Amino acid sequence: MSWHRKHLLDIESLSAEEITTVLDTAREFKAVGERDIKKVPALQGKTVVNFFVEPSTRTRISFELSAKRLSADIINFAADASSFKKGESLKDTARNLEALNADIIVIRHSAAGAPHFLARFLKAHVVNAGDGAHEHPTQALLDVFTIREKKGDIAGLNVTILGDILYSRVARSAIWCLRKLGANVTLCGPSTLVPRIFEQMGCRVTYDTDAALADADVINLLRIQHERQRKTMFPSIGEYASLFGLTRARLAKTKPDALIMHPGPMNRGVEIESEIADGDRAVILEQVTNGIAARMAVLYLVNGGKAEDL
Amino acid sequence: MADPNTSRTVLEADAIARAWRRVAHEIAEAHADGGEVMLVGIQRGGVPLARLLCETLGGLYGGVIAVGAVEPGLHRDDLSQRAMNELHPTELPGDLADKVVVLVDDVLSTGRTVRASIDALMGFGRPRCIRLAVLIDRGHRELPIRPDFVGKNLPTHPDERVEVRFTDDGAPNTVEILSP
Repeated sequence: MSWHRKHLLDIESLSAEEITTVLDTAREFKAVGERDIKKVPALQGKTVVNFFVEPSTRTRISFELSAKRLSADIINFAADASSFKKGESLKDTARNLEALNADIIVIRHSAAGAPHFLARFLKAHVVNAGDGAHEHPTQALLDVFTIREKKGDIAGLNVTILGDILYSRVARSAIWCLRKLGANVTLCGPSTLVPRIFEQMGCRVTYDTDAALADADVINLLRIQHERQRKTMFPSIGEYASLFGLTRARLAKTKPDALIMHPGPMNRGVEIESEIADGDRAVILEQVTNGIAARMAVLYLVNGGKAEDL
Repeated sequence: MADPNTSRTVLEADAIARAWRRVAHEIAEAHADGGEVMLVGIQRGGVPLARLLCETLGGLYGGVIAVGAVEPGLHRDDLSQRAMNELHPTELPGDLADKVVVLVDDVLSTGRTVRASIDALMGFGRPRCIRLAVLIDRGHRELPIRPDFVGKNLPTHPDERVEVRFTDDGAPNTVEILSP
């Protein structure tokens, strides 16, 4: 058991032991979700605010359900309906949320570092639900939880992440998490979206899709983040699908027990062929279920962390 | 581990084993039908003790007695005051409906862990009744909770701690009183 942090801001600063603590805790929370009575009083009387300055449905409802299963009260604060349009600063909005006696603030923001910024002056616990193209720590935790459930030990596994790495916070968090736990990570996609600089994070970078998939135990597919790309990064969707999409022909050449993962939302026919998404090697819906367990574990653990430990 | 200078052994393995066998006999005497008894150890010290009871009761009833484990951590009343505990699995061998659940723990003191364990169990169903068996009752209750079966009553000072130590294969080895 190793957890003393008050916030969950990123995976980069976590140790392998801390990640393992979250995964072990999530395993017990998954069992809670499988019961008739899917609720425990661990965060009874606590107030959680979903502070989402960037649109999100699945992460928001996953956090919402996680907080509810821990018996916390949760309110959603969406940017659309908020005072941002009236010119209030992020800091003032966050302080207002804290003045409502929020105990935990879950923040999604389009600017990298926004959660770290809030954590510096808020007394509440801060959980990063995705900041710009920086990190999405709970997604990495639920992905690794899913891999561990299916494959046992993470160390020594070959994990290939295929798609838009450059603009993907999911990829960054996943790479940190997998590397810390000892997996071999291969990145593949259009060279404009998979720069060689990622080799500095200890990854293998290749532009040959078949080579990237040949020895993979886990294939993690990422969506093209159109909303973050400032210019056209590849010629056409059709060309992307034919060069980097996971087709049945490509899948036939992979290890027969390779897991297919996708953080959603997926674009059928682009990064993944529809039949594969519905096939028995895909664990995409289990990732959604496990997301609740992982987020329950994070909310539970940060609530016990004290200020001096950060 | 505690400094040996401040720790004294109050029960050895054979005395513990005799007391725990007596508890098994008392349970069998109070509940004639072994098929309705379910032993549930409180994580963690209660779990090996529940398994031991299961072995002895299996002989007394002449059949396999259901045994499981419950994690009280998520139902504790001091969650805001301390770092989060490590969570261990809650594993119940079947439906609780109409069962006589015997909660098992190593040391009973304030009663707060028992209260949390009862709440945790209720999330799984409605047993016919819940009984409490403990190896050591050291007193200092803070809740209206009373054990039904006790291995040994051990008067202690509030500042002392009582620890049941187990061998690697889960047999209770000694009971120690640790002084501050």
